[in-house]
Amino acid sequence: MLVEQWFYSGVRIALPLFFAAFGGLLSERAGVANIALESFLLFSSFAAAATMTLTQNMPLSIAAGIGASVAVGIIFAFFTVKARADQIIVGMALNILATGSIPVFCKAFFGVSGQTPSIEMAQRLNSPWIFIFVALIIFAAVIFMFKKSVFGLHVTVAGDHPPALKTQGVSVEKVRWLAILLGAAIVGMGGIYLSIGAGSGYTRNMSAGRGFIALAALIFGRWKPIPTLLTCLFFGLLDALQIFMQNSNAFEIPTQLTQALPYIITLIVLAVFAGKNAAPKAINKSVDA
Amino acid sequence: MRKLIESLIAITVAIALSLVVVVLLGENPWNVLKVLATSAFGGSENISYSLFYATPLIFTGLSVAVAFYAGLFNIGGEGQLYMGSLFLTLFALKFPGLSFPLSVSLALLASFLGGGLWGALAGFLKAKRGSHEVIVTIMLNFISYAICGYMILGPLKSTTNQNPETAEIASGYFLHNFSANTPLNTALFLALTAAALVWFLLFKTHWGFEVRMVGSSQETARRSGINISRRIIQAMFLSGGLAGLVAVNEILGNSHKFKDQYSSGVGFVGIAVALLARNLPLGIIFSALLFGALSKGALDLELDTEKITRDMALMIQGIIILMVASQELWRKLRRAR
Repeated sequence: MLVEQWFYSGVRIALPLFFAAFGGLLSERAGVANIALESFLLFSSFAAAATMTLTQNMPLSIAAGIGASVAVGIIFAFFTVKARADQIIVGMALNILATGSIPVFCKAFFGVSGQTPSIEMAQRLNSPWIFIFVALIIFAAVIFMFKKSVFGLHVTVAGDHPPALKTQGVSVEKVRWLAILLGAAIVGMGGIYLSIGAGSGYTRNMSAGRGFIALAALIFGRWKPIPTLLTCLFFGLLDALQIFMQNSNAFEIPTQLTQALPYIITLIVLAVFAGKNAAPKAINKSVDA
Repeated sequence: MRKLIESLIAITVAIALSLVVVVLLGENPWNVLKVLATSAFGGSENISYSLFYATPLIFTGLSVAVAFYAGLFNIGGEGQLYMGSLFLTLFALKFPGLSFPLSVSLALLASFLGGGLWGALAGFLKAKRGSHEVIVTIMLNFISYAICGYMILGPLKSTTNQNPETAEIASGYFLHNFSANTPLNTALFLALTAAALVWFLLFKTHWGFEVRMVGSSQETARRSGINISRRIIQAMFLSGGLAGLVAVNEILGNSHKFKDQYSSGVGFVGIAVALLARNLPLGIIFSALLFGALSKGALDLELDTEKITRDMALMIQGIIILMVASQELWRKLRRAR
């Protein structure tokens, strides 16, 4: 019984990580390093909650969440792919932009900068099962994409050896644009889950570093779908375990230690296995590389 | 010269775009601009606040620049400045009896060492294990937040109140404040000195030449017999140490204790500062002054306008970074015309 509860809450914690990690996976496998996942999550969670408060319309709110994430994706793709700007710098800029502009929008619409008005239980997308279902579909689709589809092949080549794609007459730019935007849509689900699924509205810095934990999961999962999914689950279960122990007072473990554990583990993995790097070879390189 | 003009264009475009957002939100852009300017530059008190906010940005801007010359992108400034703060606080609380100048000099070294070691760890993993410094410094940031959070809420917790902060350090460590009303302190001179020293180290010493060669072409550096690993680790030590010095301004000069999460992102803003200044130490001073003034100006937006918050400063900074980073595109567009 206890194990079941633990697993269930672990899965719920893992859900937003999964969406962010898989969105990042598409972008990075196409050769675009994405440290902006945090900003995708923030914009989509705010847009979904704001739309829900203003319209009380669920489909519209979901569309707004995904749309906001895709809009940030368009900016991200424009600067990284079209303008050939450094991918890390653009990612950093978007994270700064998100923390700076969302409170301004929030204050303009709702009078306070820190949060959107609380959304009633009946109006939330309260069942995690819907999100779990969507996550499984995305998981299967991504696997199918990389194993069977031509587009998946193009993405992999765009990430490993862009010139080869060019000799086939395929535009590297187009492939990277598509991969980024598809990825952004997936991350948007994570933002929606945070603000109108698990949460009752948007609160300041709602993602709380989940975009970076997702990045860690992606690296730990060596940029492959199945290991990435398992890592997200592992991080979620770890966090759930810590919450359980906190509540039961069985052991005195500092919360900071468990919070930092995903990062420590990833760092150790990076230190030990960096020699045989699994990263896409043309990651963080411009389309002309 | 052309780069200076390009930087000025980037700033102008960023402010203009932000004002468009202001208009869309239904505020008067002229009023916003006026509040920004008077709150940043109107009167000696406002100016000294702006300088106070600029001081940490000089340190973090230099930090990003030093790493950049070695070919590395250090986005771990936040983690490094907190480790510097932790070392400084530990030292000051351990030796409360010291008096100026010994107290401040040793505290300064402690903060440099704390930030430096945290940076050198990233340098070590890059040089010896080939781990990408961007990912490593992101991870180290979060680990640093956790360590400092644990220390502040645990062993070092203030016993006199419930705030997430450490006990106060002894007054022998306090830096001189220029006026009673503002937190501006002598750490500003330390920052200016650091900029001069960084310039000297990078451009006037053999060591700096080697570091820059490692950054521009590892192949050439290898052929010249430069110990690349060592230079990378040393550059990251210097880079992290500079970020660590932020603690001197905040803890010795202002709050006199280590408050949890006090930095409000100056480690990240350092990236914008360095980018805008094209990593030149003198430029970094000016670009830090600009961003410092922006932070101060935006603080008053919250009070003097109905809808705009202080976060507007971060918004403008984000856009400036995007503008500078994509200048290749603007150049191409101009040529095409």
